[in-house]
Amino acid sequence: MIGFALAAISGAVFALGLALGGMTIPAKITGFLDIGGAWDPALAFVMAGAIAVYAPAVRLLQRRPRPLVAERYHWPTPRAIDARLVGGAAIFGVGWGLSGYCPGPALASLTGGAPSAVVFVAAMIAGTAVTRAALGARR
Amino acid sequence: MRRRVLEPAITSDRQRAGSQSFPLSERLAGAARPGYDGGVTLAVVVRGLGGGALIGLAAAIALAVHGRIAGISGILGRALDGGAGRTFRFGFLAGLVATGVVVAAIAPSAFGGGVRGLPALAVAGALVGIGTTLSNGCTSGHGVCGLARLSPRSFAAVAAFMVTAAITVALVGPHA
Repeated sequence: MIGFALAAISGAVFALGLALGGMTIPAKITGFLDIGGAWDPALAFVMAGAIAVYAPAVRLLQRRPRPLVAERYHWPTPRAIDARLVGGAAIFGVGWGLSGYCPGPALASLTGGAPSAVVFVAAMIAGTAVTRAALGARR
Repeated sequence: MRRRVLEPAITSDRQRAGSQSFPLSERLAGAARPGYDGGVTLAVVVRGLGGGALIGLAAAIALAVHGRIAGISGILGRALDGGAGRTFRFGFLAGLVATGVVVAAIAPSAFGGGVRGLPALAVAGALVGIGTTLSNGCTSGHGVCGLARLSPRSFAAVAAFMVTAAITVALVGPHA
């Protein structure tokens, strides 16, 4: 119960940060990516602010034996910089540039950005499910 | 309704800014044009850094409490997987979506309309779902958490998606 509540608080703070930073306005994302046009720097400040807080937090938490309500830290395990990583990121970038939505802002915008965010999220979940199924089948 | 905010920018950006006629020096000085609120003004810096700091704090809470990386594509993709991570993923997604609903009710101007028609957004959503699943991360998992952890994989992923996103916008424009 406390685990669910603290996870929900984390998600809530995340959404507040996205909204305050203007990340739930797709035109600000495509404006950032439009480097030859009317460039909008907001995303760069959001990234800088997030990393400035998270990077020292990671270093402090690494010294602790275990998280508050879990057995251990779940650090990402893949190490290879391969075609799947770079190709997947490249595909993601095309969808991100086309829409100005990445997963977090789209999920936070389900009512605020309706119907656009709803259509985007439905297609994103479908793309995720199909890809996971394909990867699972290949393994 | 929301698109009205964008519409003055469509012609004025194209006419005045174009690609070459709006130099970097002018942009950095915070030059104001109709329909464009970019430029490095104090409000842009404070809102950006403040919003980013909240995102970093949220990710730090996820790590401190559950030992999990706050990568949204991974949380969503594995939401239905079983195991100990399920509580974290459901809780995080509930907080994220519900807070978005509350903010939209209180401050609707925090949200913008779609920059494309719905068919294009469906294609974009599918590409984001496919791409983030293949690359194990998106702007939060690779962009924030991975870069902050100095993960070589995340640097490669961020470089790749920034480049293709910028190329996409250069090809199709920042909005329809």
